[in-house]
Amino acid sequence: MATETSRKLTMARAISEAIDLEMAADSRVFVMGEDVGPYGGIFGSTTGLFTKYGPNRVIDTPISESAFIGAAAGAAAEGLRPIVELMFVDFFGVAMDQIYNHLAKNHYMSGGSVSHPLVLMTAMGAGYNDAAQHSQTLYGLFAHVPGLKVVVPSNAYDAKGLMIQSIRDPNPVMYFFHKGLLGLGWMPSDDRAVVTVPEESYTIPLGRANIVRDGTDVTIVTIGAMVHRAVEAAEIAAVKGISVEVVDLRTLVPLDTGTILSSLKKTHRLVIVDEDYLSFGMSGEIAAIAAEQALEYLEAPVRRVAVPNVPIPYSRPLEQAVIPSTPRILDAVTYVTEF
Amino acid sequence: MTRSAAQPLPQASTLEESLRWLRIMLTIRRFDETIDELFAQGKVHGTTHLYIGEEAVATGVIAALQPGDVVTSTHRGHGHNIALGGDINAMMAELLGRETGYCRGFGGSMHIADQSLGNLGANGIVAGGLPIAVGAALGFQLQQQSQVVVAFSGDGALNEGAFHEAANLAAIWKLPVVFVVENNQYGMSGSVKEMFALGHLAERAAGYGIPATMVDGNDIFSVWEAAGQAIETARSGSGPSLIEAVTYRYKGHSKSDANRYRSREEIQQWRQRDPIDHLKEYLIANGADGSSLAQIQREVAQAVADALQFAESSPWPDPSMLEDAVYAKEDGTHV
Repeated sequence: MATETSRKLTMARAISEAIDLEMAADSRVFVMGEDVGPYGGIFGSTTGLFTKYGPNRVIDTPISESAFIGAAAGAAAEGLRPIVELMFVDFFGVAMDQIYNHLAKNHYMSGGSVSHPLVLMTAMGAGYNDAAQHSQTLYGLFAHVPGLKVVVPSNAYDAKGLMIQSIRDPNPVMYFFHKGLLGLGWMPSDDRAVVTVPEESYTIPLGRANIVRDGTDVTIVTIGAMVHRAVEAAEIAAVKGISVEVVDLRTLVPLDTGTILSSLKKTHRLVIVDEDYLSFGMSGEIAAIAAEQALEYLEAPVRRVAVPNVPIPYSRPLEQAVIPSTPRILDAVTYVTEF
Repeated sequence: MTRSAAQPLPQASTLEESLRWLRIMLTIRRFDETIDELFAQGKVHGTTHLYIGEEAVATGVIAALQPGDVVTSTHRGHGHNIALGGDINAMMAELLGRETGYCRGFGGSMHIADQSLGNLGANGIVAGGLPIAVGAALGFQLQQQSQVVVAFSGDGALNEGAFHEAANLAAIWKLPVVFVVENNQYGMSGSVKEMFALGHLAERAAGYGIPATMVDGNDIFSVWEAAGQAIETARSGSGPSLIEAVTYRYKGHSKSDANRYRSREEIQQWRQRDPIDHLKEYLIANGADGSSLAQIQREVAQAVADALQFAESSPWPDPSMLEDAVYAKEDGTHV
């Protein structure tokens, strides 16, 4: 385990540090994507790497996502460990075939002969008015396809440990960072994501949820930026005498079903908070698991707080109305408590 | 390629018409300068891509279109909509997120569309509009209509699969499309020198069997003449063309851009070749008087200030309307 330290990092710095450590330790690791070189990645995930490792290991690509994601898969098959960045998760449509028909399936289809150990990282999330093609989370879309692992850190400590683990994983890993958690100067960012981060290398296993707040009355299962909204709601609920447990899934694939179930067996009430669209996504999946495996423990209907089934609107009051907020989470907590 | 100011006006372009172009270019610039200021003041959010420095391309190309023709725009789309005669009040209101905006606040900078003017929409996805442009052209061809589609893109879009597929489709079906590539030298931080193994982007069109030309995108007359020829070719049923308009964006790619990939000197050099200054010099050499140009500039500044006033006094959209536009109404009514 990591040693004690008091150094705090933003999530962007934690991610670039994780990649730096793995590049230094393993010559097979390289970075590829749009503006990852001298620019340092639009969201700071590759800051400083070009200067340190040069253009053969930090490669700027044309705006040709299908080509460079497919190329990363090929390089991974030949023994390298690519980290590919595609700026916004909203942009993945242009390269989707390489992802869900090739990257996700080649290992299976080839009977294990071909593998693609790589990290595909991208920014997600709303909250700063970037409208419908730049604000989605969409992790549920990728979690739906067998063969991809899906990682969604909520703070700098997890971001570093999960990134290092993702790089070392023998499978394709989709790594989503929320823009509103990164600590970038030009965009609003949640201070709760800035936490103490050890300087040395460490890993967090994929598929292990984190109970960020213990509680006995209600379980909130969530991920990414919503972890902090859930904790805020839990803090307010505590004042009213409601004890809320907040489970940060950290990864959707693999999913830590065990932690969800043991929490439900303790609290008997479930609220799911998800920044993805309501229908056919993470919130439905968690609710289904509760219904299938913990129904006899539930004392209230499950409540889901998610983005309603509308594209993310641009205008601030409209956008704020669709992103799950602390008051909406509190309403759900109150509902399941008073049911 | 670049015309000197001492040359006469090209045939079929009157002084009056050229003054109209100047007004449009000044409007685009003042509009985007205002957006830049509003961003700095925290009144516009998200991101926005400014057209400052590239005004001659949209203005010159769209001047060669006829009523009923259509365009597909880009993430850097304010200039296209203004050149089409777009309502700057509604544009400003959209950027400020107000209900009186073009998209009622749903869309913002990157999603302004106006079917009534022939703007099928700005687009947040690089090259995303190109297949749509080809489809619009197919629609005209299948209905035996004579309209033409102009598909605007940046240089970066030429490395997208969507461009390749759209260009080939347009070529094999001889569709009435003109691909106008606004080569502003950078796809975000990616220089065309590093992202293409071509001397000129126009050369790529040969691979699809599409005729292409390269013009000085900062000289509106060159743009207008090249566009006129390409549009006429398309309208006559002879198929698509590609125009590479060589230009430059003075501002960063978007609001996140710290301009680390280019030098101040380079930006300064391009400012020496400013498309608006060039047109002004040209007009004065051809008989326009300086005071009338200054008058246009004042009127434009007032119009943009009025648009801002309109936008700022407009109501915010109410969240009760959130689901209004997700699906088209069965009865054909709009939201």
